[in-house]
Amino acid sequence: MSASFSAIASVQPLIAQLNADYARAIDDDRLEQWPDFFTEPCVYKITSSDNHRRGLPAGLVYADSKGMLRDRVSALREANIYERQSYRHIVGLPAVLEEADGAIRAETSFLVVRVMRTGAMDLFATGRYLDVIVEDDAALRFRERLVVCDSSRIDTLLAIPL
Amino acid sequence: MSPVDSHRAWPESTLSRLPYWVYQDEATYRQELRRIFEGPAWNYVCLESDVARPGDFRTTFVGEMPVIVVRGEEGRIHAFENRCAHRGALIALDDGGTAKHFQCVYHAWSYDLEGNLLGIAFEKGVNGRGGMPASFCKAEHGPRKLRTTTLCGLVFASLSPAAPPITEYLGAEVHGRLARVLKKPMEVLGRYVQALPNNWKLYVENVKDTYHASLLHAFFGTFRITRLTQGGGVLVSPDGAHHTSYTIDRADDRTSTAYREQGIRSEKQSYRLADPSLLDTVDEFGDGIQLQILSVFPNFVLQQIYNCLAVRQVLPKGPDAMELHWTYFGFADDGPEMKRRRLVQANLVGPAGYVSMEDGCIGGFVQRGAAAAGDELSVVNMGGEDAASAETRATETSVRGFWKAYRRYMGC
Repeated sequence: MSASFSAIASVQPLIAQLNADYARAIDDDRLEQWPDFFTEPCVYKITSSDNHRRGLPAGLVYADSKGMLRDRVSALREANIYERQSYRHIVGLPAVLEEADGAIRAETSFLVVRVMRTGAMDLFATGRYLDVIVEDDAALRFRERLVVCDSSRIDTLLAIPL
Repeated sequence: MSPVDSHRAWPESTLSRLPYWVYQDEATYRQELRRIFEGPAWNYVCLESDVARPGDFRTTFVGEMPVIVVRGEEGRIHAFENRCAHRGALIALDDGGTAKHFQCVYHAWSYDLEGNLLGIAFEKGVNGRGGMPASFCKAEHGPRKLRTTTLCGLVFASLSPAAPPITEYLGAEVHGRLARVLKKPMEVLGRYVQALPNNWKLYVENVKDTYHASLLHAFFGTFRITRLTQGGGVLVSPDGAHHTSYTIDRADDRTSTAYREQGIRSEKQSYRLADPSLLDTVDEFGDGIQLQILSVFPNFVLQQIYNCLAVRQVLPKGPDAMELHWTYFGFADDGPEMKRRRLVQANLVGPAGYVSMEDGCIGGFVQRGAAAAGDELSVVNMGGEDAASAETRATETSVRGFWKAYRRYMGC
């Protein structure tokens, strides 16, 4: 809550654009670009609000390097078996929480609809992104993106990143 | 024979053929709940550390029966049906917590930590009018109580007086393999639920199916986490019900061309990890076993894949649905390096696991593929007809063991 009005006004549109670009890369199946939204090193973790609140550290997905993010994508492309599916992310307005030492802390709600090859469309996940965003190589990137799902229950499998 | 009877026929005198109606039939499902989950089986319900102190409780299920597992004031673990003796409402509404007693929210009937009915609101009525009849005996009313037993930090519950002592239930070999992993105090690292679109038995069979692991899961085969050409085997308890499979890496497997010769999709020669720290493992049990999967009939799985440890609880939710409750754990004395290793290797398992995500969808593929084939038969013939332990994993012996136990419980 310590971010000033002027700081929020100046960075919020940039973070909203970053989130929009991130969601489009996933929803348009340009997953190979997904690791580039992160710094090296980075933290990307998908957890649930229950695990997060209890301080339980194991995620559904955990990566602490860009290499691990690339491995997620190559496993999905080359190794893993799952039915064809896609996501539609609806991402809320980012709340800028803090800007200090060149890093922005922000929180943004999301909602993901999963569309299966059969045509079935289901609300797959809702939650919030807890982000630490820095400027890196002339772009804003996630130094940390914690994906906190509201529910700990996942339908069938989680293949594509949130 | 009536059409209904023929619909439920089993092939005579073989464990190697299974009718598909067994995954579809509503009446069969209801019978399974009565005869297996509520029968003389031990159901895994929680970790002992989940109910560490007196009053600590967790709510879960035995089949579809909601239960409360709670440690009593005297230190013993009790389990009873999470159902008020009055009108049947849930007594406890949280996943867990700490309680001095339980009180139903509907009409405030209350229970002690053993599930005994203690108090009835306005039992004597108001101003001498209303209230319960004087003849009503609280001791004769209460939710059904389950027996509990603990082993290696796990809590099991049974509704039946006929379930034998847990060590006898498991047999010495499976007990030994359980104790191999659960050898010191556990620390929970995370919990998730995976909702699967298939009959519960398809998942339990998948766990016992050593034949599929390196074929369905490219990750296993490619990185030699488990391959049929490596050392290892499968132990089946004498009654068929429980199993352990294990893999020991062998140097000669590294040059084996067996998978390539079989033209198997799951061996991807060109596939490499950009960050191989995922596979950085230490032999923490000191016996060279890099993968061990253990099942306890009917609903428990213990998994060691490298240093990634988890218990899985299978909860049936109808003929074509189930939930898999994952508890990832390490040990209380893990150092920071081991802890990070377990968090990184957790990418292998769970709903998003490089390996386990495929087990999340494969049961649904069978459920859908066999939708119109209730009277057709599935083939479970790898490794022969019996359900004995084997020194190869190119066998379906432990799947046949499951059906041997299943048919005994079901009387079919």
